[in-house]
Amino acid sequence: MELHQYQYLEAKCGQNDLPRCAAECPIHVDVRGMLQEAKRGNFSKAYALFAQTVPFPGIISQVCEQPCQQVCIRNDIDDGLAINAIERACYSYNEKKGSRAKLLLQKDNKVAVVGSGISGLTVAYHLANKGIKITVFEAGNNLGGRLLELTEGILNRRIMLNDLEVLNDLHVEIRLGVAINNSCSNSFNELLQEFDAVYLGLGQRDISALKLGLELNSNGTICVDPTTMETSNSKVFAGGSHLQDKNCLSVISSVADGKSAVISIDRFLQKASLTASRHAFGSKTTRLLTSVDSINPQPMVPISDPAKGYTEEEAKTEASRCIDCQCLECFKLCEYMRHFKMEPRALARQIFKNSSAIAHRFSLPMNSCSLCRQCEAVCQYDFSIADFCEAARETMVKAGRMPPSAFGFAIQDLKYSNSEAFVLTRLEPERSEIEYVFYPGCQLSGSAPWQVSKAYSYLREKISGGVGLMLGCCGVQASWAGETGIFQESLASFRSKWTELGKPGVIAGCPTCYMVFKKHLPELSVDLLSSIFDKFGLPEPAQSNSLVLAIHDSCTTRYEIEIQNSIRKILNNLGHTVKELTASRELTECCGFGGLMQISNRSLAHKVVDRRIEESEYDYLVYCSMCRDNFTNRGKTTYHLLDLIFGDEDGKIAARPPVGYSRRHDNRARLKNTFLKEVWGEDISYDPTPVKLIISEALRSVMENSLILDFDLYRVIEYAERTGNKLQNIVSGHYLAYFKPENVTYWVEYTAEGSGYVIHDAYSHRLEMTSPGESENDDNQTCRV
Amino acid sequence: MVKMNDEEKLGNGQDIICAKCNISLEVSPVKFNYVGVAFSVSLFNCPICGLTYVPAVLARGSMLDVQRALEDK
Repeated sequence: MELHQYQYLEAKCGQNDLPRCAAECPIHVDVRGMLQEAKRGNFSKAYALFAQTVPFPGIISQVCEQPCQQVCIRNDIDDGLAINAIERACYSYNEKKGSRAKLLLQKDNKVAVVGSGISGLTVAYHLANKGIKITVFEAGNNLGGRLLELTEGILNRRIMLNDLEVLNDLHVEIRLGVAINNSCSNSFNELLQEFDAVYLGLGQRDISALKLGLELNSNGTICVDPTTMETSNSKVFAGGSHLQDKNCLSVISSVADGKSAVISIDRFLQKASLTASRHAFGSKTTRLLTSVDSINPQPMVPISDPAKGYTEEEAKTEASRCIDCQCLECFKLCEYMRHFKMEPRALARQIFKNSSAIAHRFSLPMNSCSLCRQCEAVCQYDFSIADFCEAARETMVKAGRMPPSAFGFAIQDLKYSNSEAFVLTRLEPERSEIEYVFYPGCQLSGSAPWQVSKAYSYLREKISGGVGLMLGCCGVQASWAGETGIFQESLASFRSKWTELGKPGVIAGCPTCYMVFKKHLPELSVDLLSSIFDKFGLPEPAQSNSLVLAIHDSCTTRYEIEIQNSIRKILNNLGHTVKELTASRELTECCGFGGLMQISNRSLAHKVVDRRIEESEYDYLVYCSMCRDNFTNRGKTTYHLLDLIFGDEDGKIAARPPVGYSRRHDNRARLKNTFLKEVWGEDISYDPTPVKLIISEALRSVMENSLILDFDLYRVIEYAERTGNKLQNIVSGHYLAYFKPENVTYWVEYTAEGSGYVIHDAYSHRLEMTSPGESENDDNQTCRV
Repeated sequence: MVKMNDEEKLGNGQDIICAKCNISLEVSPVKFNYVGVAFSVSLFNCPICGLTYVPAVLARGSMLDVQRALEDK
């Protein structure tokens, strides 16, 4: 993934956008952070966050017009937060009262501020705090400009003077009673000579009479760039209420103008670009969406003594009404994101960084996502963590840095399913043309092979135009593993066999195969088996009680509404009652098989399943055999749709027992044999595990978790018995042998019993033994070869 | 660097014989290779045919730790 692609995809997520309050505030005070501190009673910390952005916290907390409160999301439920009142409480209960002046080296630059309204004072404060020499010129006898028009009840003069004290600390020179103009005197031009830059905060007055020589707007105001506050004279900047409509004057907007001018003047003095990477202050829209569905109404806390403002307790209670606006809709649903305790963008960043050309560093998060795209489905902006994981896996494979243990088992499984052991491509017997071909897929064939046989009989009976058969794997496991080459090979192989059959319509037994074909082979017409039931009528099902079942939709077909509807219709027709899970259809979850999560991060896959199966007390109904096997293996009674139509091996409608990797593996080859024998009358039987292996339930569970198949054990024993290469435990008499067919060395401890073998233990390792018993090296001294 | 545990490396090797050569195993270095890293480990081997014994406790224990450490390098 290129950097620009990453940036584009990452920016889709709105989680890092400002909450409404801060976005609406022209100077973007961290209101949310302040309220979070206030609700814990940390008023000093809350004040620090407020004062970090606001130049005069005492003044602003009293006179701000509170645009934040007007847009607070709580207005949709009850009352917007009393943000201004909490700001005042933070000011009152702040215990760190020291001066806000920084001790910086004085620079040589000199800036004149004309007018001591709030915008001019903002410029003076911030620039002086950068070490710049400031002189404020005020025509009147007091600092404050328009603030002085406010009554004592609105703006407490003691607090105001206290706030302005900081200007003394910063050695700001104040010249009162000095009018600046070029009409009565030449003082403005002299200012331009004497100072490196000038800020004009002239308030609501007609300035044409001042003859400043600046370009004016048609309404007589100074013409300024709205982002930089630069006037037609490059060393003069202007802002404040002078630029505002007299009917809607705003103190906080004047502060925003001052802060914009500060950035510009600082850049101007450093001869830097005024516009590079520059964002204007001022209210802006936010993409942060916050759900209020679970928020209970709780009206604003009244102030018991309006003269004093909130008590500490009242302020804490009011602040605790802040719902701490976050989106995180994907995070709330996704066990994977919660497992790694990372917000979506942070997770995306880590995955991108790890897979980038500089790092190429394998990390568990990139390999643990189920790629189910529930995050994308729930996101208003279609952000998907799968985009990053898929790209990272492909990059790691291409760079040869994907650890063999990550997805090796799945790739071996795929290769086996696309080998002669399972692959079969046939027209229907005694036909030279077929209308359809049935593609049951590798997992359904492994989990319930008899259902595949019955489904094929049903299709042949119902569809007069002929139905062929194709056994194999669609290759999705390679796609999930980032093995693009193997995936493309699988697709190409499928396409060529399908072409040989005369390009019939494909009936997929598995929703994943269905989606792979639909997405990657658009020239092909594909239906899911359930839709065929819908079209041609259901087979006569075995007798069954009416069941109440909660539907778990397949994640691969989350957008396939017709499939989802047809499943529900079939269940109704079969007389069962359908219950919906909270996250269903488009928002459904993965069973842990998707993205090979259960291969690369088994414990997480178990967490995912365990949470999902706890969602409803009802038995589950699924239409993907991996969902069935995964849920059943974790103890949830789960029916596959075909269990309700074709039944178990005895034809009874019942929930089947768990099926593990070994049985799925061997069942595929056996299914091929069955088809060849029963449909085409050919007897070339191949049994992957032709001897009887006696394995305890406890050991079978260990093997399942270690991804060891009966087939692997058989190959070890076959090799050991054929070559005599085996060890023996002289205490127990058990034989021990090992064999490495591909990347994994398998070990078996066994004894012969009749025509079969009792397996006492089975284990494996990926570290490759290259030359036993050779030269002396220090243990574990590693070197790159 | 994660190291293999000495006790795990030898396991119950003194109870194991090579069934092919009918001889007790002896401890000697075995070369290993994984993700481009080569190293050697002292394990029980057949002194004649070189058949090696990797105890289950080693494969499931520190050998797996070494594998993961190498993958994470």
